[in-house]
Amino acid sequence: MSSVITVEEVSKRFRLYHERNQSLKIWMMRGRRATFEEFWALRDVSLEMEEGKTFGLIGENGSGKSTLLKCIAKILRPDSGRIGVTGKVSALLELGAGFHPELSGRENVYLNGSILGLGKRDLDRIFDDIVGFAGLERFIDTPVKNYSSGMYIRLGFSVAINVDPDILLIDEILAVGDEQFQRKCNEKFAEFKDQGKTVVIVSHALGSVRNMCDRVALLDHGRVKELGPASEVIDAYLGGVHADRPADEENASTTTRWGSREVAIERIELLGSTGMPVTWVKTGDQVTVRLHYAARVPVSQPVFKVVVSRVDGLEITGPNTREGGMVPDSVAGEGYVDLVIDNFPLLPGTYDITASVQDFSCLHDYDVRHRAFRFDVEQGEPRESTGFVTLGGRWRMAPLDVTR
Amino acid sequence: MHRVKAAELVSSRELMVNLTLRELRGKYKRSVLGWTWSLLNPLASMVIFTIVFSFFLKVKPPVGDPSGLHNFAFFLLCGMLPWNFLNNGMMGGMSALIGNANLIKKVYFPREILVSAVVAAFDVSFLIEMGVLAAALLVAGNFMIPWIPVALFIIAVLTMFVLGIALVVSVLNVYFRDVQHLVGILMMLWFYGTPIVYPITYVPKEWKGLPLRHIYTFNPMVRFAETMRDALYDLRIPSWNDTLFLVVVSVATLALGMWVFSKLEGRLAEEL
Repeated sequence: MSSVITVEEVSKRFRLYHERNQSLKIWMMRGRRATFEEFWALRDVSLEMEEGKTFGLIGENGSGKSTLLKCIAKILRPDSGRIGVTGKVSALLELGAGFHPELSGRENVYLNGSILGLGKRDLDRIFDDIVGFAGLERFIDTPVKNYSSGMYIRLGFSVAINVDPDILLIDEILAVGDEQFQRKCNEKFAEFKDQGKTVVIVSHALGSVRNMCDRVALLDHGRVKELGPASEVIDAYLGGVHADRPADEENASTTTRWGSREVAIERIELLGSTGMPVTWVKTGDQVTVRLHYAARVPVSQPVFKVVVSRVDGLEITGPNTREGGMVPDSVAGEGYVDLVIDNFPLLPGTYDITASVQDFSCLHDYDVRHRAFRFDVEQGEPRESTGFVTLGGRWRMAPLDVTR
Repeated sequence: MHRVKAAELVSSRELMVNLTLRELRGKYKRSVLGWTWSLLNPLASMVIFTIVFSFFLKVKPPVGDPSGLHNFAFFLLCGMLPWNFLNNGMMGGMSALIGNANLIKKVYFPREILVSAVVAAFDVSFLIEMGVLAAALLVAGNFMIPWIPVALFIIAVLTMFVLGIALVVSVLNVYFRDVQHLVGILMMLWFYGTPIVYPITYVPKEWKGLPLRHIYTFNPMVRFAETMRDALYDLRIPSWNDTLFLVVVSVATLALGMWVFSKLEGRLAEEL
């Protein structure tokens, strides 16, 4: 296997401005434009990424993984070192970047396609694929400013993935569109890998990285800390990181919240078998989801609900206290509600918890915290690798004695 | 390195065309008169300038030699349209990078293309305006058809000049936002330092021993306005002296623009 991306001792320095002055006056008075501190986002990073492999970049926020991706995409220029890239690169950093709101979808496909390096003839050829993939045949001649945000992102994604790059750079696993679109994306990724193309993924969703990537680099403060096969690096990372990740904080990046807040969910906690707050658990552990609530006014018969979803939004399960037969006559003040799971059935991956409290009819929302808590599941018992839930079943075998 | 850059620019022709079309299509979308605006604007300034300078201030346009044309509006337009192109190209170029910050931070392509596309889009409106001017001149009896290649040549040289300046100001403006205010003042100065609303003969040949008019002609826009008038107003070949001067200055400006741009573009994605 030959390497298609070679990163040699790359360093990248950023300027942190104390007070940002883009004014000539200050510059002339001080002899410099602004006071700034320098910090190294990347320090002597060397990597090789092989053709046809999927490569993951993981690390804390600010570890430099996105900076490295942008350097590979040539958006940022390293201060020292060399990056060699063989083949056509398409970067999914922001979908629909460069769409012009007043232009139609059709005009924007051609515009965006040429930004990604395609000629008109190529675009004519794949135009129908792009539009079909995005599922926007009916709206393609509408100005994109009239698109919903979902349509906008779908079209952007569709252009980026259909330009037939040799190397695809992805920042954060893309959870775009509805389930059907998700499935199409996953098929496209698989197709990509089958065709021997190289993918580089930056992500926090360790479960997905483990499933998708062949090799992973763990970055820490701009340096490569671990480099190797995906599960080894992720295990090393989890060993180090879970201890110091604050467990009582809602840590998912896509937090939305709504409701009238007569009673509010203050905090979501995941408790491991020891009863301590954790952000990762193992399959088969005893796990408790604890919702801390606070009621502004006495609220009668509130219904609490915990929905567990995959990071792409697919809801796996969603028990609530009404169906569980535990609705108090009324709540006032503060307290918590526990959902105790004896044998945690989810298989390794990254999941989100949506916690909500509604009235008894389940029609009025007091407080909904949509995908407000993200956690990882690691390999436990039973060891299974397909799907995302274990049935907890036992195997039995009864060979028929054919020799008799 | 330079060869890589050149290859990139060649392979980005398609992008250049598409971005230019984006500029052109986006500009007048959702306005009722649409493209008519690009003609109404110069027309309005022509009317205003003609009233103020020809009517109130009694500026006398020269008589076309050998054409015999004697009309302030035509005299004005031959200088004003190239000037407008410079002004639009610079102002548009200045916002080309800042306005596309989103694109620069997310996708790689040669950044010069953004500035070039803006200048190219204004080139298109410039050509249309010149076309209308040419038609009006023909109606007025100034048979300028043989001089079209000369005018096109001047436009091509002017485009290099404008692109060079636009490249410099576009990238400087990212680092110092007050460039745009400074440029606003300079442009006013430059406008009145160019024989657009008055003939060059109004500039004294000598002033306190200084060869004022000679110094004055070192402003390239003076010669752009004069050569354009030679071709379309007077109907004569511009002097070799002027032509050579303009070609040299424009090529040098473009080279300087590309050099400054390549020096400063490295940190664009961070500074925007």
